[in-house]
Amino acid sequence: MNLAFRDIRHKLGRFVLTCLGLSLLLGVVVTMAGIYRGLVADALVLPRSVQADIWVVQGDTTGPFGESSRIPGGTREMIARIDGIVAAGSFTSQTVQTKHNGRLLRLQIVGFEPGRFGEPVNLVAGRSITRSHYELIADRKTGLAIGDRLELGRDVYTVVGLTQGLTNFSGDSVVYVTLQDAQELQFDLMPPEARREAARGAERANTDIVNAVVARISPNIPVEAVAGVVRRWKHLSVLSEAEQEAVLTITVIEHARHQLGLFMAVLSVVSAVIIALIVYTLTMEKLREIATLKLIGMPDRTIIGMIVQQALLMGVVGFLAGTALVAAVKDWFPRRVVMEPADLGMLFGVVVVVCLLASIVAVRAAVRVDPARALAG
Amino acid sequence: MMENPNSMNALIELRGISKHFGEGETRVDALRDVTLSVGAGEVVGLLGPSGSGKSTLLNVIGCIVEPSEGWMKLDREIVYDNQWQRRDLRRLRLEKIGFIFQFHNLLPFLDSTDNVALVLHLAGCSKDEAEGRSVDLLEYLQAGHRKHAMPAQLSGGEAQRVAIARALANRPRIILADEPTAALDSERAGIVMDLLRQLAAEQQAAIIVVTHDEKIIGRLDRIFRLRDGRLADEGEA
Repeated sequence: MNLAFRDIRHKLGRFVLTCLGLSLLLGVVVTMAGIYRGLVADALVLPRSVQADIWVVQGDTTGPFGESSRIPGGTREMIARIDGIVAAGSFTSQTVQTKHNGRLLRLQIVGFEPGRFGEPVNLVAGRSITRSHYELIADRKTGLAIGDRLELGRDVYTVVGLTQGLTNFSGDSVVYVTLQDAQELQFDLMPPEARREAARGAERANTDIVNAVVARISPNIPVEAVAGVVRRWKHLSVLSEAEQEAVLTITVIEHARHQLGLFMAVLSVVSAVIIALIVYTLTMEKLREIATLKLIGMPDRTIIGMIVQQALLMGVVGFLAGTALVAAVKDWFPRRVVMEPADLGMLFGVVVVVCLLASIVAVRAAVRVDPARALAG
Repeated sequence: MMENPNSMNALIELRGISKHFGEGETRVDALRDVTLSVGAGEVVGLLGPSGSGKSTLLNVIGCIVEPSEGWMKLDREIVYDNQWQRRDLRRLRLEKIGFIFQFHNLLPFLDSTDNVALVLHLAGCSKDEAEGRSVDLLEYLQAGHRKHAMPAQLSGGEAQRVAIARALANRPRIILADEPTAALDSERAGIVMDLLRQLAAEQQAAIIVVTHDEKIIGRLDRIFRLRDGRLADEGEA
């Protein structure tokens, strides 16, 4: 005869409501973990989509995702000639804000050289860019469709292809344009300013600048060997794919990671306190019954088992319901929420531990109940 | 330890039982040198004003409170012998003592049958055996028709019958009833007392009833009166 389940069945409505409240709280904890994973996934999706073995960036910088990085446009030819380099391409990235159909869009503009390494490969609709200017490939999350026209800088671009799931670490959708278009967007002066510069006799600034060169290395050549050759040029730095990912996950989203971790810790403590309060209240309501059970000869371990089972059941049901709820609504969140099985497993373990800890106070109260209380009037 | 020759058939036997709480100026003597015995088939009453020590005495006999001094034997087993105390009092309560409370104290989340069967489960009975015996007991106490009712659905008299069935489940030789008729009207109180007398006679159990209820005194075999922790009077009801 399982007294914990019988007691729950007797007050099922209250138990369900309690679990529902708990599920919302634990759902927030699950969401926090999911948002953190989403941050990491968003941050890594762009560099991973390039599939570069090395990123050549401005000397003593962490590259275009970590800080400003500018290197001459001719760097690509230098890199491409190094022994072991299979393919190389120039890469620029910048964030722009524009409007489409009255809707504000924040975009991560990536410039690439059509036909060279770094070109977007996983198109889900349309085609790659074939013209030198004013065509773009947008991510579906932008809401743009093939054939849509979008104003960027002083020019209007036509959407010719679509990707899916490409964002930067801020969650802004990625848009690909040709390298020339990207350089113009990034470096060309506005006409009045250009005229003023021309009037004072200044030479036209060199805009053949890129943020990085991405390259693929032959599988037979160690990455470090090629990186060593590149590092001889003192104005350049080299990041492997792993180092580039480390820059993004450790440096760029570090504060967000700490913030979310802190929230999760606080929410876990709040959950523990709430579970402890609920279990304690439920136990205090049953003190007379517990005294009666002790009086008729029920061992303490059975009474402790009853309390712990109820606390665990409450936590497990709350966690499962909270997880199901988040899984059902996560796609409506403005930021990506990634529910990793390993994270859910770890959180489940935390919930179990929290429930066990939360039941300690109630168990202590139950163990201290004097059987004589059952005889009191 | 010398055996008391007058208590050969006694199921409850107390000699020189004292119980005090606190020490020094705060010391309270709840029981002082109480000696009594209750034989098989007897229904005795424990009377006295509030604070006279009735509850403490019931707790001592019920193996809930350890006496400070004295000697106690239940169903021919020594439980306390001055400095010595039997260790497994919980098991002793389960096997030898049935409790009947002023308010039935049925577990609200179990139906009548399971409230009775719980005691049998604790004693190690199988599910079927416990249920069968529980239903038999409820039938015996004329509460069989309410065997699936939850405590909240029972009347006061019905709940007390189920509580008595629970107290009898393990066939205890000793039954301690704390104001069993306090929550009942005089007619139902009479029925419960008749039932206790019938049980004492049929099962050769010793029953101690703590009561303030003058109406039921006539249905008791003997009465022990307590005053200031001492046994002030013992006599026929």
